[in-house]
Amino acid sequence: MAAQQAAPGQAEPRHGLRIFLIWLVLALAADLVIWFVWAPHMPPGDMTDSARHQQFDIAVLSVTGAPVILAVWVYFAYALIVWRRRPGDEEDGPPIDGHTGISLGWIIGTTVIVLAAFVFGTVELVVPAGAGAGEGPAPIWKISGITTTAWTPGTKDILQVQVIGQEWWWIYRYPQFGGFESTQLYLPKDTPVEFHVTSLDVIHSFWPYRLGVKADANPGVDNVAYTKPEQLGPFVVRCNELCGIWHGAMYNAGNVVTQAAFQKWATSVQAKEQQDGLIAALPPYALTYDPTVIPQLGKDLVKVTGITGGNGYYYSGPQAGTPGPPVSP
Amino acid sequence: MVLAREEARWWLVSVPVRVATLLVAFLAVVAGTVFMVVHFLLGAGGPATVDFTSAASGGQVNVVLQEDAQNSVSSRPDWVSYFVQDPQTKQWVHTTLFKVPANTRVNMTILGYDGCTPLRNNFFSQVEGTIGNTVSLQQFKDTGKPLGPARNYSVVNAWSHCNVGHTFAIPQLRVFVPVASPNAQLSANSLCGDSPCTSGPYSLEKFSFMTPKSGGEFRWQCFVPCGGGFLDGNGGPMQTIGFMTGFMTVAS
Repeated sequence: MAAQQAAPGQAEPRHGLRIFLIWLVLALAADLVIWFVWAPHMPPGDMTDSARHQQFDIAVLSVTGAPVILAVWVYFAYALIVWRRRPGDEEDGPPIDGHTGISLGWIIGTTVIVLAAFVFGTVELVVPAGAGAGEGPAPIWKISGITTTAWTPGTKDILQVQVIGQEWWWIYRYPQFGGFESTQLYLPKDTPVEFHVTSLDVIHSFWPYRLGVKADANPGVDNVAYTKPEQLGPFVVRCNELCGIWHGAMYNAGNVVTQAAFQKWATSVQAKEQQDGLIAALPPYALTYDPTVIPQLGKDLVKVTGITGGNGYYYSGPQAGTPGPPVSP
Repeated sequence: MVLAREEARWWLVSVPVRVATLLVAFLAVVAGTVFMVVHFLLGAGGPATVDFTSAASGGQVNVVLQEDAQNSVSSRPDWVSYFVQDPQTKQWVHTTLFKVPANTRVNMTILGYDGCTPLRNNFFSQVEGTIGNTVSLQQFKDTGKPLGPARNYSVVNAWSHCNVGHTFAIPQLRVFVPVASPNAQLSANSLCGDSPCTSGPYSLEKFSFMTPKSGGEFRWQCFVPCGGGFLDGNGGPMQTIGFMTGFMTVAS
Protein backbone atom coordinates (compact mmCIF):
# COMPACT_ATOMS: atom_id res chain seq x y z
CA MET A 1 0.00 0.00 0.00
CA ALA A 2 0.92 3.67 0.08
CA ALA A 3 3.33 3.33 2.95
CA GLN A 4 5.12 0.55 1.10
CA GLN A 5 5.30 2.29 -2.28
CA ALA A 6 8.49 4.23 -1.65
CA ALA A 7 11.75 2.46 -2.11
CA PRO A 8 13.82 1.85 1.02
CA GLY A 9 15.50 5.07 2.06
CA GLN A 10 13.27 7.17 -0.23
CA ALA A 11 10.77 9.66 1.18
CA GLU A 12 7.08 9.09 0.53
CA PRO A 13 5.86 11.43 -2.26
CA ARG A 14 3.63 14.33 -1.22
CA HIS A 15 0.43 12.81 -2.57
CA GLY A 16 -1.78 15.61 -1.30
CA LEU A 17 0.23 18.24 -3.13
CA ARG A 18 0.26 16.14 -6.30
CA ILE A 19 -3.51 15.67 -6.21
CA PHE A 20 -4.06 19.36 -5.49
CA LEU A 21 -1.88 20.49 -8.40
CA ILE A 22 -3.49 18.08 -10.87
CA TRP A 23 -6.92 19.17 -9.68
CA LEU A 24 -6.01 22.88 -9.84
CA VAL A 25 -4.89 22.69 -13.45
CA LEU A 26 -7.90 20.65 -14.57
CA ALA A 27 -10.40 22.73 -12.59
CA LEU A 28 -9.01 25.98 -13.96
CA ALA A 29 -9.10 24.67 -17.52
CA ALA A 30 -12.63 23.31 -17.08
CA ASP A 31 -13.95 26.55 -15.59
CA LEU A 32 -12.38 28.66 -18.33
CA VAL A 33 -13.92 26.43 -21.02
CA ILE A 34 -17.31 26.44 -19.27
CA TRP A 35 -17.40 30.19 -18.75
CA PHE A 36 -16.05 31.41 -22.06
CA VAL A 37 -16.99 28.64 -24.51
CA TRP A 38 -20.01 26.79 -23.17
CA ALA A 39 -21.90 29.37 -21.10
CA PRO A 40 -22.93 31.65 -24.00
CA HIS A 41 -24.72 28.66 -25.55
CA MET A 42 -26.33 27.34 -22.39
CA PRO A 43 -30.10 27.09 -22.20
CA PRO A 44 -32.43 28.89 -22.29
CA GLY A 45 -30.37 31.58 -24.04
CA ASP A 46 -30.60 35.29 -23.39
CA MET A 47 -33.71 36.40 -25.22
CA THR A 48 -35.25 37.95 -22.10
CA ASP A 49 -33.99 39.17 -18.77
CA SER A 50 -35.35 36.08 -17.02
CA ALA A 51 -33.72 33.79 -19.61
CA ARG A 52 -30.44 35.69 -19.30
CA HIS A 53 -30.50 35.28 -15.52
CA GLN A 54 -31.26 31.57 -15.85
CA GLN A 55 -28.38 31.14 -18.26
CA PHE A 56 -26.12 32.99 -15.82
CA ASP A 57 -27.34 30.79 -12.96
CA ILE A 58 -26.60 27.60 -14.86
CA ALA A 59 -23.16 28.92 -15.82
CA VAL A 60 -22.34 29.84 -12.22
CA LEU A 61 -23.53 26.46 -10.95
CA SER A 62 -21.48 24.72 -13.62
CA VAL A 63 -18.35 26.71 -12.76
CA THR A 64 -18.93 25.95 -9.09
CA GLY A 65 -19.75 22.31 -9.60
CA ALA A 66 -16.98 21.41 -12.05
CA PRO A 67 -14.12 21.73 -9.49
CA VAL A 68 -16.07 19.62 -6.99
CA ILE A 69 -16.69 16.89 -9.55
CA LEU A 70 -13.06 17.07 -10.69
CA ALA A 71 -11.83 16.78 -7.10
CA VAL A 72 -13.69 13.49 -6.75
CA TRP A 73 -12.57 12.20 -10.14
CA VAL A 74 -8.91 13.24 -9.70
CA TYR A 75 -8.69 11.66 -6.25
CA PHE A 76 -10.39 8.52 -7.57
CA ALA A 77 -8.07 8.22 -10.58
CA TYR A 78 -4.98 8.98 -8.49
CA ALA A 79 -5.92 6.32 -5.98
CA LEU A 80 -6.55 3.76 -8.70
CA ILE A 81 -3.20 4.42 -10.35
CA VAL A 82 -0.80 5.17 -7.51
CA TRP A 83 -2.29 3.17 -4.63
CA ARG A 84 -3.27 0.12 -6.61
CA ARG A 85 -2.28 -3.28 -5.26
CA ARG A 86 1.08 -4.39 -6.61
CA PRO A 87 1.99 -8.06 -7.32
CA GLY A 88 3.16 -9.72 -4.14
CA ASP A 89 1.78 -6.99 -1.91
CA GLU A 90 -0.10 -8.88 0.78
CA GLU A 91 0.12 -6.27 3.52
CA ASP A 92 -2.84 -4.50 4.98
CA GLY A 93 -3.23 -0.77 4.50
CA PRO A 94 -2.18 1.73 7.16
CA PRO A 95 -4.71 2.52 9.89
CA ILE A 96 -6.93 5.54 9.26
CA ASP A 97 -6.93 8.12 12.00
CA GLY A 98 -9.13 11.15 12.41
CA HIS A 99 -7.72 14.47 11.24
CA THR A 100 -9.24 17.50 12.92
CA GLY A 101 -7.98 19.93 10.32
CA ILE A 102 -9.46 17.99 7.41
CA SER A 103 -12.75 17.48 9.23
CA LEU A 104 -12.99 21.15 10.10
CA GLY A 105 -12.04 22.20 6.59
CA TRP A 106 -14.66 19.87 5.12
CA ILE A 107 -17.43 21.18 7.39
CA ILE A 108 -16.51 24.82 6.83
CA GLY A 109 -16.02 24.37 3.09
CA THR A 110 -19.33 22.61 2.47
CA THR A 111 -21.17 25.01 4.75
CA VAL A 112 -19.78 27.98 2.86
CA ILE A 113 -20.73 26.43 -0.47
CA VAL A 114 -24.29 25.64 0.64
CA LEU A 115 -24.83 29.08 2.22
CA ALA A 116 -23.37 30.80 -0.83
CA ALA A 117 -25.68 28.79 -3.08
CA PHE A 118 -28.63 29.76 -0.85
CA VAL A 119 -27.80 33.47 -1.00
CA PHE A 120 -27.04 33.34 -4.71
CA GLY A 121 -30.26 31.44 -5.47
CA THR A 122 -32.36 33.83 -3.41
CA VAL A 123 -30.88 36.88 -5.09
CA GLU A 124 -31.38 35.34 -8.52
CA LEU A 125 -35.00 34.58 -7.63
CA VAL A 126 -35.77 38.06 -6.36
CA VAL A 127 -33.84 40.31 -8.75
CA PRO A 128 -35.39 39.13 -12.05
CA ALA A 129 -38.93 39.32 -10.55
CA GLY A 130 -39.47 35.67 -9.75
CA ALA A 131 -37.04 34.37 -12.36
CA GLY A 132 -39.79 33.82 -14.92
CA ALA A 133 -41.66 31.32 -12.77
CA GLY A 134 -45.33 31.44 -11.92
CA GLU A 135 -45.78 33.23 -8.59
CA GLY A 136 -49.48 32.57 -8.10
CA PRO A 137 -52.25 35.19 -7.98
CA ALA A 138 -50.42 37.50 -5.54
CA PRO A 139 -46.82 37.73 -6.74
CA ILE A 140 -44.20 38.77 -4.20
CA TRP A 141 -41.49 39.87 -6.59
CA LYS A 142 -42.98 42.19 -9.19
CA ILE A 143 -41.34 43.51 -12.31
CA SER A 144 -40.34 47.13 -12.51
CA GLY A 145 -42.78 49.22 -14.54
CA ILE A 146 -46.12 51.01 -14.52
CA THR A 147 -49.42 49.13 -14.47
CA THR A 148 -51.86 50.83 -16.81
CA THR A 149 -55.12 50.04 -18.53
CA ALA A 150 -53.71 51.04 -21.92
CA TRP A 151 -50.19 50.16 -23.01
CA THR A 152 -48.19 52.85 -24.77
CA PRO A 153 -44.93 52.23 -26.63
CA GLY A 154 -41.84 54.12 -25.48
CA THR A 155 -42.99 54.19 -21.86
CA LYS A 156 -42.42 52.00 -18.82
CA ASP A 157 -45.91 50.55 -19.12
CA ILE A 158 -46.18 46.87 -18.27
CA LEU A 159 -47.83 44.82 -21.01
CA GLN A 160 -50.42 42.44 -19.60
CA VAL A 161 -51.04 39.19 -21.46
CA GLN A 162 -53.54 36.60 -20.34
CA VAL A 163 -52.47 33.10 -21.32
CA ILE A 164 -55.40 30.69 -21.64
CA GLY A 165 -54.69 26.98 -21.91
CA GLN A 166 -57.36 24.72 -23.34
CA GLU A 167 -57.15 21.16 -24.60
CA TRP A 168 -55.08 21.48 -26.79
CA TRP A 169 -54.02 24.98 -27.72
CA TRP A 170 -52.90 28.28 -26.25
CA ILE A 171 -54.89 31.47 -26.65
CA TYR A 172 -53.51 34.89 -25.71
CA ARG A 173 -55.64 37.79 -24.55
CA TYR A 174 -54.52 41.40 -24.49
CA PRO A 175 -56.72 43.24 -21.97
CA GLN A 176 -55.05 46.61 -22.66
CA PHE A 177 -56.22 46.36 -26.29
CA GLY A 178 -59.92 45.82 -25.80
CA GLY A 179 -59.48 42.23 -24.68
CA PHE A 180 -58.84 40.83 -28.15
CA GLU A 181 -57.59 37.26 -28.32
CA SER A 182 -55.10 35.63 -30.64
CA THR A 183 -53.56 32.26 -31.35
CA GLN A 184 -50.20 34.00 -31.67
CA LEU A 185 -48.14 35.46 -28.85
CA TYR A 186 -46.61 38.75 -29.95
CA LEU A 187 -44.47 40.68 -27.47
CA PRO A 188 -42.71 44.04 -27.76
CA LYS A 189 -38.96 44.25 -27.16
CA ASP A 190 -37.63 46.05 -24.07
CA THR A 191 -41.03 45.98 -22.41
CA PRO A 192 -41.89 44.47 -19.04
CA VAL A 193 -44.47 41.75 -19.57
CA GLU A 194 -46.91 40.41 -16.99
CA PHE A 195 -48.39 37.01 -17.90
CA HIS A 196 -51.65 35.89 -16.28
CA VAL A 197 -51.69 32.15 -16.89
CA THR A 198 -54.88 30.15 -16.49
CA SER A 199 -56.66 27.11 -17.91
CA LEU A 200 -60.20 26.33 -19.01
CA ASP A 201 -60.05 22.62 -18.32
CA VAL A 202 -57.19 20.49 -17.00
CA ILE A 203 -53.75 21.54 -15.74
CA HIS A 204 -51.43 22.76 -18.47
CA SER A 205 -48.05 24.44 -18.17
CA PHE A 206 -47.14 27.55 -20.13
CA TRP A 207 -43.56 27.12 -21.27
CA PRO A 208 -42.08 29.59 -23.75
CA TYR A 209 -38.65 28.06 -23.33
CA ARG A 210 -36.57 30.82 -24.93
CA LEU A 211 -38.29 33.47 -22.82
CA GLY A 212 -37.18 31.74 -19.64
CA VAL A 213 -40.79 31.59 -18.43
CA LYS A 214 -42.60 28.58 -17.03
CA ALA A 215 -45.91 28.78 -15.20
CA ASP A 216 -48.58 26.19 -14.49
CA ALA A 217 -51.97 26.85 -16.01
CA ASN A 218 -54.52 25.73 -13.44
CA PRO A 219 -58.26 26.05 -13.99
CA GLY A 220 -59.70 28.88 -11.94
CA VAL A 221 -56.29 30.18 -10.91
CA ASP A 222 -54.49 33.34 -12.02
CA ASN A 223 -50.80 32.43 -12.09
CA VAL A 224 -48.65 35.52 -12.63
CA ALA A 225 -45.18 35.40 -14.22
CA TYR A 226 -42.93 38.19 -15.44
CA THR A 227 -40.30 38.66 -18.10
CA LYS A 228 -38.77 41.38 -20.26
CA PRO A 229 -37.86 40.55 -23.88
CA GLU A 230 -34.45 41.90 -24.82
CA GLN A 231 -33.99 40.40 -28.27
CA LEU A 232 -36.11 40.25 -31.42
CA GLY A 233 -37.06 36.93 -32.91
CA PRO A 234 -39.36 33.92 -32.88
CA PHE A 235 -39.90 31.48 -30.06
CA VAL A 236 -42.10 28.46 -29.41
CA VAL A 237 -44.64 28.05 -26.62
CA ARG A 238 -45.11 24.49 -25.41
CA CYS A 239 -47.27 22.78 -22.84
CA ASN A 240 -45.14 21.16 -20.18
CA GLU A 241 -47.83 19.26 -18.30
CA LEU A 242 -49.19 15.99 -19.65
CA CYS A 243 -52.74 17.02 -20.57
CA GLY A 244 -54.23 14.44 -22.89
CA ILE A 245 -53.96 12.92 -26.33
CA TRP A 246 -52.62 16.02 -28.09
CA HIS A 247 -50.35 17.25 -25.30
CA GLY A 248 -47.32 16.75 -27.54
CA ALA A 249 -48.91 18.86 -30.24
CA MET A 250 -49.93 21.69 -27.92
CA TYR A 251 -47.43 24.25 -29.08
CA ASN A 252 -47.64 27.41 -31.08
CA ALA A 253 -45.46 30.25 -32.29
CA GLY A 254 -44.53 33.51 -30.65
CA ASN A 255 -42.55 36.48 -31.77
CA VAL A 256 -40.71 39.35 -30.11
CA VAL A 257 -41.03 42.41 -32.32
CA THR A 258 -40.23 46.08 -32.02
CA GLN A 259 -42.59 48.20 -29.93
CA ALA A 260 -43.83 49.99 -33.05
CA ALA A 261 -44.47 46.70 -34.86
CA PHE A 262 -46.27 45.32 -31.83
CA GLN A 263 -48.45 48.41 -31.57
CA LYS A 264 -49.34 48.09 -35.25
CA TRP A 265 -50.13 44.36 -34.96
CA ALA A 266 -52.17 44.72 -31.78
CA THR A 267 -54.28 47.62 -33.03
CA SER A 268 -54.94 45.87 -36.35
CA VAL A 269 -56.08 42.62 -34.69
CA GLN A 270 -58.15 44.61 -32.22
CA ALA A 271 -59.81 46.54 -35.04
CA LYS A 272 -60.56 43.36 -37.01
CA GLU A 273 -62.05 41.51 -34.05
CA GLN A 274 -64.04 44.60 -33.12
CA GLN A 275 -65.38 44.90 -36.65
CA ASP A 276 -66.24 41.19 -36.81
CA GLY A 277 -68.11 41.42 -33.53
CA LEU A 278 -65.84 38.93 -31.83
CA ILE A 279 -64.73 41.17 -28.99
CA ALA A 280 -68.34 41.88 -28.14
CA ALA A 281 -68.94 38.13 -28.05
CA LEU A 282 -66.08 37.48 -25.64
CA PRO A 283 -66.65 37.53 -21.90
CA PRO A 284 -65.57 40.59 -19.92
CA TYR A 285 -61.89 40.52 -19.04
CA ALA A 286 -61.34 38.32 -16.03
CA LEU A 287 -58.06 36.94 -14.85
CA THR A 288 -59.40 33.43 -14.43
CA TYR A 289 -61.66 33.30 -17.49
CA ASP A 290 -64.57 31.48 -15.89
CA PRO A 291 -66.04 28.88 -18.29
CA THR A 292 -69.47 29.38 -16.73
CA VAL A 293 -69.39 33.10 -17.46
CA ILE A 294 -72.37 33.08 -19.83
CA PRO A 295 -74.98 33.89 -17.17
CA GLN A 296 -72.71 36.64 -15.88
CA LEU A 297 -72.76 38.64 -19.08
CA GLY A 298 -75.82 40.56 -18.03
CA LYS A 299 -77.68 39.73 -21.21
CA ASP A 300 -81.19 38.36 -21.56
CA LEU A 301 -80.86 34.62 -21.36
CA VAL A 302 -82.83 31.98 -23.18
CA LYS A 303 -83.20 28.44 -21.95
CA VAL A 304 -84.02 25.57 -24.23
CA THR A 305 -84.80 22.17 -22.80
CA GLY A 306 -82.62 19.48 -24.24
CA ILE A 307 -79.49 21.58 -24.63
CA THR A 308 -76.89 20.55 -22.09
CA GLY A 309 -74.10 23.02 -22.83
CA GLY A 310 -74.15 26.06 -20.58
CA ASN A 311 -77.04 24.42 -18.67
CA GLY A 312 -79.20 25.05 -21.69
CA TYR A 313 -78.66 28.79 -21.54
CA TYR A 314 -77.60 31.14 -24.26
CA TYR A 315 -78.36 34.76 -24.86
CA SER A 316 -80.63 35.98 -27.54
CA GLY A 317 -78.51 38.78 -28.87
CA PRO A 318 -78.62 40.53 -31.17
CA GLN A 319 -74.91 40.15 -31.84
CA ALA A 320 -73.02 41.28 -34.86
CA GLY A 321 -72.05 38.61 -37.36
CA THR A 322 -74.36 35.85 -36.21
CA PRO A 323 -77.07 33.91 -37.93
CA GLY A 324 -80.57 35.15 -37.41
CA PRO A 325 -82.67 34.71 -34.31
CA PRO A 326 -84.23 31.35 -33.44
CA VAL A 327 -87.10 30.47 -35.76
CA SER A 328 -90.14 28.46 -34.84
CA PRO A 329 -90.46 25.18 -36.71
CA MET B 1 -25.50 -34.32 1.61
CA VAL B 2 -25.91 -36.48 -1.52
CA LEU B 3 -29.20 -37.75 -0.20
CA ALA B 4 -30.41 -34.24 0.50
CA ARG B 5 -29.65 -33.14 -3.06
CA GLU B 6 -31.47 -36.15 -4.49
CA GLU B 7 -34.46 -35.50 -2.27
CA ALA B 8 -34.56 -31.93 -3.49
CA ARG B 9 -34.79 -32.97 -7.12
CA TRP B 10 -38.46 -33.87 -6.94
CA TRP B 11 -39.45 -30.38 -8.08
CA LEU B 12 -36.96 -30.16 -10.91
CA VAL B 13 -38.36 -30.54 -14.44
CA SER B 14 -36.69 -32.19 -17.37
CA VAL B 15 -34.70 -30.27 -19.95
CA PRO B 16 -37.30 -30.71 -22.74
CA VAL B 17 -40.00 -29.29 -20.47
CA ARG B 18 -37.84 -26.34 -19.56
CA VAL B 19 -37.01 -25.69 -23.21
CA ALA B 20 -40.66 -25.95 -24.17
CA THR B 21 -41.66 -23.55 -21.40
CA LEU B 22 -39.03 -21.08 -22.49
CA LEU B 23 -40.17 -21.40 -26.10
CA VAL B 24 -43.81 -20.80 -25.19
CA ALA B 25 -42.88 -17.75 -23.10
CA PHE B 26 -40.76 -16.40 -25.93
CA LEU B 27 -43.53 -16.91 -28.48
CA ALA B 28 -46.02 -15.22 -26.14
CA VAL B 29 -43.79 -12.15 -25.91
CA VAL B 30 -43.32 -12.10 -29.69
CA ALA B 31 -47.06 -12.46 -30.29
CA GLY B 32 -47.80 -9.65 -27.82
CA THR B 33 -45.28 -7.38 -29.49
CA VAL B 34 -46.64 -8.12 -32.96
CA PHE B 35 -50.18 -7.46 -31.74
CA MET B 36 -49.15 -4.13 -30.18
CA VAL B 37 -47.37 -3.01 -33.34
CA VAL B 38 -50.10 -4.13 -35.74
CA HIS B 39 -53.06 -3.04 -33.64
CA PHE B 40 -51.86 0.21 -32.17
CA LEU B 41 -49.02 1.44 -34.36
CA LEU B 42 -50.07 0.29 -37.80
CA GLY B 43 -53.70 0.90 -36.96
CA ALA B 44 -55.09 -2.40 -38.14
CA GLY B 45 -58.66 -2.56 -36.97
CA GLY B 46 -58.79 1.21 -36.27
CA PRO B 47 -60.60 3.87 -38.23
CA ALA B 48 -60.12 3.78 -41.99
CA THR B 49 -58.47 6.61 -43.93
CA VAL B 50 -60.65 8.10 -46.65
CA ASP B 51 -58.47 8.99 -49.61
CA PHE B 52 -59.38 12.17 -51.49
CA THR B 53 -56.16 12.42 -53.51
CA SER B 54 -57.61 10.76 -56.62
CA ALA B 55 -60.72 12.93 -56.38
CA ALA B 56 -58.73 16.15 -56.68
CA SER B 57 -58.73 18.06 -59.94
CA GLY B 58 -57.69 21.53 -61.02
CA GLY B 59 -55.83 22.09 -57.76
CA GLN B 60 -59.00 21.58 -55.72
CA VAL B 61 -60.63 18.77 -53.80
CA ASN B 62 -64.06 18.53 -52.19
CA VAL B 63 -64.29 17.00 -48.72
CA VAL B 64 -67.61 16.37 -47.01
CA LEU B 65 -68.03 15.67 -43.28
CA GLN B 66 -70.99 15.44 -40.97
CA GLU B 67 -71.14 15.61 -37.19
CA ASP B 68 -73.83 13.80 -35.26
CA ALA B 69 -75.01 13.88 -31.67
CA GLN B 70 -74.49 10.13 -31.40
CA ASN B 71 -73.54 7.22 -33.63
CA SER B 72 -75.17 3.93 -34.41
CA VAL B 73 -72.05 2.31 -35.76
CA SER B 74 -69.67 1.86 -32.85
CA SER B 75 -69.46 0.35 -29.41
CA ARG B 76 -69.89 3.87 -28.03
CA PRO B 77 -73.30 4.84 -29.42
CA ASP B 78 -73.69 7.74 -26.99
CA TRP B 79 -70.55 9.46 -28.20
CA VAL B 80 -70.79 12.43 -30.50
CA SER B 81 -68.94 11.76 -33.72
CA TYR B 82 -67.77 13.03 -37.08
CA PHE B 83 -68.25 11.01 -40.29
CA VAL B 84 -66.37 11.38 -43.59
CA GLN B 85 -68.06 10.84 -46.94
CA ASP B 86 -66.18 8.59 -49.33
CA PRO B 87 -65.69 10.57 -52.57
CA GLN B 88 -66.21 7.48 -54.77
CA THR B 89 -69.09 5.62 -53.13
CA LYS B 90 -70.67 8.63 -51.39
CA GLN B 91 -71.08 6.39 -48.34
CA TRP B 92 -70.47 7.81 -44.89
CA VAL B 93 -67.44 6.29 -43.19
CA HIS B 94 -67.11 6.37 -39.42
CA THR B 95 -63.64 7.86 -39.25
CA THR B 96 -61.77 11.10 -38.72
CA LEU B 97 -58.82 10.19 -40.93
CA PHE B 98 -58.66 11.53 -44.44
CA LYS B 99 -55.98 12.13 -47.03
CA VAL B 100 -55.74 15.12 -49.37
CA PRO B 101 -53.06 16.28 -51.81
CA ALA B 102 -50.47 18.95 -50.97
CA ASN B 103 -50.75 22.54 -52.21
CA THR B 104 -54.43 22.04 -52.95
CA ARG B 105 -57.53 24.02 -52.15
CA VAL B 106 -59.74 21.93 -49.90
CA ASN B 107 -63.42 22.82 -50.32
CA MET B 108 -64.89 21.56 -47.08
CA THR B 109 -68.58 20.96 -46.52
CA ILE B 110 -69.77 20.08 -43.03
CA LEU B 111 -73.30 18.97 -42.26
CA GLY B 112 -74.04 19.79 -38.63
CA TYR B 113 -76.74 17.56 -37.19
CA ASP B 114 -75.80 17.95 -33.52
CA GLY B 115 -77.40 20.55 -31.32
CA CYS B 116 -75.59 23.51 -29.89
CA THR B 117 -73.16 23.65 -27.00
CA PRO B 118 -71.77 27.01 -25.94
CA LEU B 119 -68.01 27.18 -26.35
CA ARG B 120 -65.83 27.31 -23.29
CA ASN B 121 -63.75 30.03 -24.90
CA ASN B 122 -65.92 32.01 -27.28
CA PHE B 123 -62.78 33.02 -29.21
CA PHE B 124 -63.31 29.88 -31.27
CA SER B 125 -66.51 31.47 -32.56
CA GLN B 126 -64.20 33.33 -34.91
CA VAL B 127 -63.44 31.90 -38.33
CA GLU B 128 -59.70 31.83 -38.92
CA GLY B 129 -57.47 30.32 -41.58
CA THR B 130 -60.08 29.78 -44.28
CA ILE B 131 -59.87 31.54 -47.61
CA GLY B 132 -61.40 34.94 -46.92
CA ASN B 133 -61.60 34.10 -43.21
CA THR B 134 -65.30 33.37 -43.63
CA VAL B 135 -67.67 30.42 -43.87
CA SER B 136 -70.87 30.09 -45.85
CA LEU B 137 -73.69 28.98 -43.58
CA GLN B 138 -77.25 27.91 -44.09
CA GLN B 139 -79.63 26.23 -41.63
CA PHE B 140 -82.32 23.75 -42.64
CA LYS B 141 -85.52 22.48 -41.04
CA ASP B 142 -86.15 18.77 -40.63
CA THR B 143 -88.36 19.04 -43.70
CA GLY B 144 -85.28 19.93 -45.71
CA LYS B 145 -86.45 23.49 -46.26
CA PRO B 146 -83.89 26.23 -45.57
CA LEU B 147 -84.52 28.69 -42.77
CA GLY B 148 -82.98 31.40 -44.88
CA PRO B 149 -80.44 31.99 -47.61
CA ALA B 150 -76.79 30.99 -47.28
CA ARG B 151 -74.69 33.84 -45.91
CA ASN B 152 -71.03 34.39 -45.21
CA TYR B 153 -69.94 34.81 -41.61
CA SER B 154 -66.61 35.67 -40.03
CA VAL B 155 -67.97 34.94 -36.55
CA VAL B 156 -70.58 32.34 -35.62
CA ASN B 157 -71.26 33.39 -32.07
CA ALA B 158 -71.57 30.30 -29.90
CA TRP B 159 -73.05 32.21 -27.02
CA SER B 160 -75.68 34.04 -28.98
CA HIS B 161 -78.67 32.13 -30.35
CA CYS B 162 -76.80 28.95 -29.36
CA ASN B 163 -75.37 28.73 -32.85
CA VAL B 164 -72.39 26.39 -32.58
CA GLY B 165 -72.40 22.63 -32.22
CA HIS B 166 -68.72 21.85 -32.60
CA THR B 167 -65.59 23.22 -34.23
CA PHE B 168 -63.30 21.95 -36.95
CA ALA B 169 -59.75 23.04 -36.22
CA ILE B 170 -56.34 22.18 -37.63
CA PRO B 171 -54.24 24.15 -35.14
CA GLN B 172 -50.88 23.66 -36.86
CA LEU B 173 -52.32 25.22 -40.02
CA ARG B 174 -54.14 27.85 -37.92
CA VAL B 175 -57.47 26.76 -39.36
CA PHE B 176 -60.21 27.33 -36.76
CA VAL B 177 -63.81 27.00 -37.88
CA PRO B 178 -66.91 27.01 -35.67
CA VAL B 179 -69.37 24.47 -37.01
CA ALA B 180 -72.90 25.77 -36.71
CA SER B 181 -75.64 23.71 -35.18
CA PRO B 182 -79.17 23.49 -36.50
CA ASN B 183 -81.57 26.07 -35.15
CA ALA B 184 -81.54 25.68 -31.36
CA GLN B 185 -85.27 25.23 -30.88
CA LEU B 186 -85.58 22.87 -33.83
CA SER B 187 -82.71 20.65 -32.76
CA ALA B 188 -83.99 20.55 -29.18
CA ASN B 189 -87.25 19.07 -30.39
CA SER B 190 -86.30 16.79 -33.28
CA LEU B 191 -82.61 16.00 -33.30
CA CYS B 192 -81.48 13.26 -35.67
CA GLY B 193 -81.44 9.99 -33.75
CA ASP B 194 -79.87 7.54 -36.18
CA SER B 195 -76.43 8.15 -37.58
CA PRO B 196 -75.04 8.76 -40.07
CA CYS B 197 -77.88 11.23 -40.19
CA THR B 198 -80.04 11.63 -43.25
CA SER B 199 -82.95 13.41 -41.62
CA GLY B 200 -83.60 16.02 -38.99
CA PRO B 201 -82.73 19.70 -38.86
CA TYR B 202 -79.16 20.51 -39.84
CA SER B 203 -76.75 23.25 -40.76
CA LEU B 204 -74.79 23.32 -43.99
CA GLU B 205 -71.42 25.01 -43.70
CA LYS B 206 -68.89 25.50 -46.48
CA PHE B 207 -65.38 26.91 -46.40
CA SER B 208 -62.06 26.44 -48.15
CA PHE B 209 -58.44 26.35 -47.09
CA MET B 210 -55.11 25.53 -48.70
CA THR B 211 -53.08 22.48 -47.79
CA PRO B 212 -49.36 23.04 -47.25
CA LYS B 213 -46.91 22.71 -50.12
CA SER B 214 -45.22 19.75 -48.51
CA GLY B 215 -46.78 16.64 -47.06
CA GLY B 216 -47.32 15.68 -43.48
CA GLU B 217 -49.77 14.62 -40.81
CA PHE B 218 -51.93 17.34 -39.32
CA ARG B 219 -54.13 16.60 -36.35
CA TRP B 220 -57.53 18.18 -36.24
CA GLN B 221 -59.92 18.41 -33.36
CA CYS B 222 -63.08 19.92 -31.93
CA PHE B 223 -62.71 22.68 -29.35
CA VAL B 224 -66.20 22.34 -27.91
CA PRO B 225 -65.94 20.22 -24.75
CA CYS B 226 -68.39 17.68 -26.14
CA GLY B 227 -67.39 14.52 -24.29
CA GLY B 228 -70.61 14.23 -22.33
CA GLY B 229 -70.20 12.32 -19.08
CA PHE B 230 -66.50 13.09 -18.80
CA LEU B 231 -64.77 15.64 -16.59
CA ASP B 232 -65.44 19.08 -18.09
CA GLY B 233 -66.50 17.30 -21.28
CA ASN B 234 -62.92 16.71 -22.32
CA GLY B 235 -62.68 12.93 -22.32
CA GLY B 236 -64.18 10.19 -24.45
CA PRO B 237 -64.90 11.31 -28.02
CA MET B 238 -62.75 14.43 -27.56
CA GLN B 239 -59.68 12.26 -27.07
CA THR B 240 -60.52 9.36 -29.40
CA ILE B 241 -59.48 9.22 -33.03
CA GLY B 242 -62.49 8.28 -35.11
CA PHE B 243 -64.90 10.47 -33.14
CA MET B 244 -64.08 14.16 -32.58
CA THR B 245 -60.39 14.25 -33.41
CA GLY B 246 -58.22 12.80 -36.13
CA PHE B 247 -55.59 13.38 -38.74
CA MET B 248 -55.56 15.08 -42.11
CA THR B 249 -52.80 13.42 -44.10
CA VAL B 250 -51.34 15.70 -46.74
CA ALA B 251 -49.77 13.66 -49.53
CA SER B 252 -46.85 15.36 -51.27
